[in-house]
Formats: sequence, C-alpha cells, structure tokens
Amino acid sequence: MPDLLGLVAYGSFFLAIIGINAIGCLGLNLQWGQTGLFNVGIAGFIAIGAYTSALLTTPATTDHIGGLHLPILIGWLGAMITSGLASFLVGAATLRLRSDYLAITTFGVAVTVHLVTLNAQSLTGGSFGIAFIPRPFETYASQPAVFGLANLALIVAVVVVLYVGLERLVRSPWGRVLRAIREEERAAASLGKSATRYRLQAFALGGAIMGLSGAIHASFIGFIAPDNYLSSVTFQIWTMLIVGGSGNNLGAILGAALIWTTWSATGFFTGMVFPPEQQARAAALQIVAIGLILSGTIVIRPRGLLGERTTVSRHLNG
Amino acid sequence: MNPQFIADGLVAGAMIGLGAIGVTLTYSILRFSNFAHGEFISWGAYATLLTAGLIGYLAPSSNEGYGPFSVGWGVLVAGLIAMVLTGLLAVLLDRLLFRRLRRKGASITVVMASFGASMALRALLEFLFTSSPRYFSRDLQIAVPVVPGIRVTPDQMALLGMTVTLALAVHLILTQTHMGRSMRAVSENPALARVLGIDIDHVIHITWLLGGALACASGVMLGLVVQIRPYMGFDMLLPLFASAILGGIGSVPGAIIGALVVGVSEAATVQLIGAEWRAAVAFLLLIAVLLIRPSGLFGKRV
Amino acid sequence: MKTTVLRVENLVAGYEPGLPILNGASIHVNAGEIATVLGPNGAGKSTLIKAIAGLVPKVSGQVCLGDRDITDVPAHRMIGNGLAFVPQTENVFATMTVDDNLRLAAGVMRSKSALVRVDELYGFFPDLARQRRLLAGRLSGGQRQMLAVARALIVSPTVLMLDEPSAGLSPKLVEIVFQKLLEIRATGISILLVEQNVRAALGIADRATIMVEGRNAHEGAAATLADDPIVASLYLGASKARLPATEARP
Ligand SMILES: Nc1ncnc2c1ncn2[C@@H]1O[C@H](COP(=O)(O)OP(=O)(O)OP(=O)(O)O)[C@@H](O)[C@H]1O
Ligand SMILES: [Mg+2]
Repeated sequence: MPDLLGLVAYGSFFLAIIGINAIGCLGLNLQWGQTGLFNVGIAGFIAIGAYTSALLTTPATTDHIGGLHLPILIGWLGAMITSGLASFLVGAATLRLRSDYLAITTFGVAVTVHLVTLNAQSLTGGSFGIAFIPRPFETYASQPAVFGLANLALIVAVVVVLYVGLERLVRSPWGRVLRAIREEERAAASLGKSATRYRLQAFALGGAIMGLSGAIHASFIGFIAPDNYLSSVTFQIWTMLIVGGSGNNLGAILGAALIWTTWSATGFFTGMVFPPEQQARAAALQIVAIGLILSGTIVIRPRGLLGERTTVSRHLNG
Repeated sequence: MNPQFIADGLVAGAMIGLGAIGVTLTYSILRFSNFAHGEFISWGAYATLLTAGLIGYLAPSSNEGYGPFSVGWGVLVAGLIAMVLTGLLAVLLDRLLFRRLRRKGASITVVMASFGASMALRALLEFLFTSSPRYFSRDLQIAVPVVPGIRVTPDQMALLGMTVTLALAVHLILTQTHMGRSMRAVSENPALARVLGIDIDHVIHITWLLGGALACASGVMLGLVVQIRPYMGFDMLLPLFASAILGGIGSVPGAIIGALVVGVSEAATVQLIGAEWRAAVAFLLLIAVLLIRPSGLFGKRV
Repeated sequence: MKTTVLRVENLVAGYEPGLPILNGASIHVNAGEIATVLGPNGAGKSTLIKAIAGLVPKVSGQVCLGDRDITDVPAHRMIGNGLAFVPQTENVFATMTVDDNLRLAAGVMRSKSALVRVDELYGFFPDLARQRRLLAGRLSGGQRQMLAVARALIVSPTVLMLDEPSAGLSPKLVEIVFQKLLEIRATGISILLVEQNVRAALGIADRATIMVEGRNAHEGAAATLADDPIVASLYLGASKARLPATEARP
C-alpha cells in the first residue's frame, strides 16, 4: 500500500521536525526557563551548529573548506562544541551587564552569523549553502518510510536522552542554584562572581544544545543554506517555549509540537486559499499568526500551558 | 582612501540617529530595549508612501520634484502626517501590549513581547505590500561636489539639514520645556516624579509619540536615499542599538554621536572591504563598547 | 476647637498583597501645627507617609485632606489637592540643576504665578539661589534637603509631609533645617514630620504620635511626651534608641 507508506514517510518527517525543534527549545529552556537569560539569536547558534556539522561530515569538495568526511556523530559533537563556545564568549562579554544587553548582543550574533554564511563563500558555500551532507541511515533512502522511521527513532532517542539529562540537572544542586539566581537577583548578588559563572555555564550548555539541534537538522535534510537561519526561527522557538510553558522541559517539547503543527496547518491553509503567485506574501500571514500567539500568551497566560512544575519551584525555598 | 565615505557615512548616521533617539528615550523612560522600534521606521515609510499617493491623487502637482529635489511638497506633507500616525502606532502598541506587561512588573518579558510584535508588524507589511521595494521617486539625482572629493545629492543635503533640525528640536524639548524636564525626571526617579505631580502615563505617551515620529522621519529618509522595503527597519535595528549604547543609553546627544560613528564606520567598511559586510560593523562596534566601556560615551551607569 | 487638615483613620497598607505593614494606623494634623510621628526602625513610619502620598497601595482605611476624601487619589494628583511630600531618600533629581528641580515642580502648576513662586523661594532659601545652576547631585546633604523642601513648597501646599529630613545631617544642620520648618509653619502651612531624631522632633513639634509595628501606640502633646516613661519603654521595647532625659529645645 504505497499510500500508507507515503503517509508514514510524511508523518515521520513531520514528527522528526518537531523533535528537532524540541531540542532547540530544550536548549532555550535551560537558558531562559531555568536561568532567565534572554537569547534573541537562537537562529545564529543553530546555524553555527549546522555549518560545523556540515563542514565536518561532508565528503571532500572544492566548493568550500572542510569536507572532512568524519562520522555524523563527530559532526554533532563538533556542532555542540562550536555553538557552546560561541555562547560562552557572548555570555562572558555580556552576562555581567544588564539583561537587555545579552538580548541585543545575541541578536547581533544572529545577524552577523547570517552575514558570514552568506558572504564567506569559501567557508560556507555562500548563498548556495552546503549540499550532500551525509544523512543517518542513508542506505535506506530509497525506502522513504523506513528511512523516515529510522531517523525519527534516532531523533526521538536524542530528545529523550536530553530530556532525562536536563531533568536530572534541574533537580541537582546546580539546577537549584540557577533558579535561585533567576528568582532572587539580590540573593544572587551575594553569590557575586560565582553567580555569573553559573549563568555562563547554563548559557553555554543551552547554546551547545541549540547547536546540536542545528546539526541534526542539517544531517536530516542533507542540505543547508543561509536562509534557513533567519530571525523567524528564533521567533518560532521562543513561541514554542512560551506557549508550552517556560521552566518546564515537558512544556518545551509540547510547545514544539503545538507550534510546529500550527505553523504547518496555517501553511497548508494559506496554500489552499492563496494562488501560487501570492504564496510568498501569504507566508507572511503565518508569521503574523505566530506573533499574535506569542504576544497573546505573554499577556494572558505568561506561564504557558504547562508552566513550571511546583515540585521544581519548591526547591527554591528549601 | 576616497573621502566620499565621510559624506555617505554622515547621511547614513543621520538616519540611524533619528531612530536611535527613540530607542534611547524609550529605554531611559520605560527601561526596556524595544525590538519593535525598527518597525516604526518601516511603517512610517509606508505610511508616508500611501499618504503621498493620496495627496498626489488630490493634487497631482504635489508629486513633481521641487527645485533640485527628487520629490515634491506632497512627500513632505505626507511625511509630517505619517510622523503623527507612526507616533500613534507606537502609543497603540504600548496600550495593547507593553503597558499590560509593565503593570505585571516583568521587564525582560516586555523585551520579548517587543520582539514578537516586531516579527508580526514586519510580516504584516510584507503581506500588505509584498517584499518588492518601493520608491518615493524614480528620478535619478546628480551628486554635486561640496568639497574636493566629496559629492552630495540635493536630497541628501536636505536630509542632513532636517536631521539637524529635528535633533535640535528634541534637545530643546528635553532641556527647555516642562514636558522635557518631566521626561528626564521620570527617567531618573519615577516615584519622585509622581510625588511632584507628574502623570507618568502621560509622559510615557509623549515618549512613544516622539520616538515613533522620529522613527518615521528616519524611514522617510531611508526611503528617499535607498528604498522602501518591509525589512528596512529590521535591518536598522542593530545599528540603532549599537548607536544608543555607544552614545550612552539615555543620552540624546550620545545617540546622535553614536549613530554618526556607526554610519561613518559602515561607509568606510563598504569602501575598504565591501558592501556585503556593512551589517557586521554595528555588531563589532557594539561588542567593542560592551567590552571596553559598557556605559558608553556619555552614559552614567549600566 | 482646632480644625483638622489631614486625618488618617485605621489605615491598612503594604507593599505586597496579604502582607500589610500598616495595621490600622490613625493620625491627624491640625491646622497650623507641626505633628510628628516617631517610632523605632521599621515601625512603618515611611510606609505610613508613603501610603498617605499614594505611593503604597492601601487595603482599607481612610485619608482625608480637609473635608476631601483622598484615599484613592493617585500619587500625582496629591499635589493638586494641596498635599506635598518630601521622601526620606533620593528626594531630589540629581541629574538636573537646582533650577530645573524647582521649575519642574512649578511646571506642574501650569500657571505663570508658579514661576514667580520659584523666585520667592529663592528669597526664602538664599543658599539655593546662589547654586541654581549646580546639578542637584553636587549639593551637600543639607542643601539637598533644603532643595527638596523648597521644591515641595512651590505649589503652596496646605500640608507638607517630610520623611526624616534630619537623616544624615550634622546636629548643626539639623538645627538649621528645623528652624526652616518653624518658619514654614509660621506661613500657615501645616506639617507632618516623620522622625528618628526624637529630641529634635519633639523640640519643634506641637504634637507627637509614637508608632510601633504599624499602628500608633501612644500620642500626646510634644512637650509632655519627652518626659513620658511610656515613650521610652515603647522605644526600648523595640530598639536601643536613646531618648532625651529632659526636654531640650534646639
Ligand atoms: N519597598 C518595600 N517593599 C517591601 N517591604 C518594604 C519596603 N520598604 C519597607 N518595607 C518594609 O516595611 C517595614 C516598615 O518599613 P518603613 O520603611 O516604613 O519603616 P520606618 O519606620 O520608616 O523605618 P526607618 O526609621 O528605618 O526609616 C519594614 O519591615 C520594611 O522591611
Ligand atoms: Mg523610614
């Protein structure tokens, strides 16, 4: 039954994208939800991860440097390291300043990373991007359903591992300190320099996770280009976390599922309603819709759907 | 190096400066970085375009280039009307979104809301007008030499003059009028300002009106010198923030000087390295300021 | 019988919902007098005066200025009703000049006569007149306090409320500032004075209220309170503040 197989292929693709977004969203939850650090350059950190992994894993090529043809896992690890390092540097420069400055700087990072991906031809392939990125389970590529399911399983496994790991981290003494810093700026001040160190660690780790999300996406699609990493990506991930419930890892995953579904549904809807030549224009309406969802949630239900679990908050007083 | 970059940089700096004043004012009075400020620039430009079209329909002669300039009095009048409209848009956004969050006392959430609003406002422009560029005028202007090696178009000269006028006007408002003193008072100590009988909500409204109007002026200039696109304001955002922080956030003269530094550095980069790296200049300046002197040139504390 | 210009009855107020700092405080100020509120650290004196001024949310109780109920009047309208307030700390705009501080207050009145009033006050505070172009942040502690008081007087209030104007001042300066308060009273303005400096406050006040834990614990004529053993016990019960053994006028 080719129809059913097509449905399985499409379904697993859809869920895999949700999983990839959920990974980015978990990274943001560590930065914002747990630590209160405001990152407006998520797309930039995702791009750093995606490009690192692409350069490490693609076969030798003359189009750009890299092409080391390393195993995919090494690519992903490399992505976490470069994105984590970039986050670390940004954090080191701005975390001691007002929280707005982190927002502005991360925004600048995203703009600059986009510029580099566009213009540093020899490093990034320029506006054409990088193609032929090796995909996991490439040998099954001729059977879309199997290929899709295998990739989905891998991505789900990553999400589960991250979820479990982050949950343990949240409950560890380290996680408690983070929340104490977030909740009680004054108490955090008494921690002095070490408060900045804790925040820096959380910011770098969150950035590394975002980089991983970008790397997995690159490996999953097999092709990347600068325009995959526009501010709308940052905006989507933020909406996912806010709607799902910041401070809650399950909320981050739920938000990714809900917003990606909404995004696809509105895309499907505008695809039906608007003629082909109006598609680009109609796509703008999707962003307006997401923007309204984000603003509405912040105003009406700032805790999101799940919010932060009380069992977690109770540690604050203990 | 060709000295032309100085003129180009000053023109760019003037446009950035008008936007940066708004950023620095909203920051000092409302204590948050408004990521939607760039959209006021774009919305202001489109509002001017539409209004000028309407005026041109009613009075066709309004569109003819006036003297050596590429546009006629229609655009000037339309710009003034659009400045009011953009100011009102800013007030409306505050009413619908920022004020509610402010009341809850979550300051960084306001930044996030402004980021969301910026995406939505820009996308709405893209939906309404598509992403293809528009122009106030198709006339090509001849640049005339002002000093050896530097050529400026009549439009650019008019824009520089207008920027100086607007910046001076803001300076006079802030230093010589009761509203200006009230704004400075609210920025330093809102509780004490209330004790003195200053209506903070009123001051906030005026701040948005002023910031929105200046952003609109910046958008009109950008539209005249370059083009009108839905992304025009968003692309200005980083230069705006960099200028405001470089000048010392909260300082109006600082914002202008910061903007001129950013504008001239950008123009120098375009000439030395290439136009494609222009957007990175503001980022590098921003990082440099944050590392070396986070309070900026004229700022007090962070 | 004296007319009461400011009356506070059973005021319950606090910074956060469910955590009242004032638990039914009642005070009043009669026309032409200096009434003082004393009490140990953290008794809620500043909270009381800020609640009257509309800066701290009120839960219940009533505040009347003359026969007007101003319980729910927002802070920025108090001035228009004739109630002026000089806060305990950060009571001048440090980044503005002395002159701008005064003009700011005058501007609120929206009348030409307010600007005339600025010049009148320069006459009343000659020190400030000499430093009108100086940034208020550069003033000495005593001059700063004078500026804050002068600014509050621009609007010719019925009642002037001051929160610890003696804080951080040398005894000599306290004497000068308090002498000014007596001069102000002489112009017919009633004063509500919150103080830590019991000796100085009782020295110039007509009537005093002792506040402990958010409510008034004792009240009486200033001249008699200084020797009242209850006052000492209320104070010593809550803190180590020393009371004057004998009344001493500055
Ligand atoms: N802004 C605030 N938010 C929350 N609680 C506050 C605030 N200001 C004061 N408090 C609390 O209210 C109580 C009363 O404080 P208040 O400042 O009114 O005392 P006070 O009598 O003026 O003391 P002092 O003589 O030291 O000025 C104290 O327990 C204090 O911790
Ligand atoms: Mg006090």
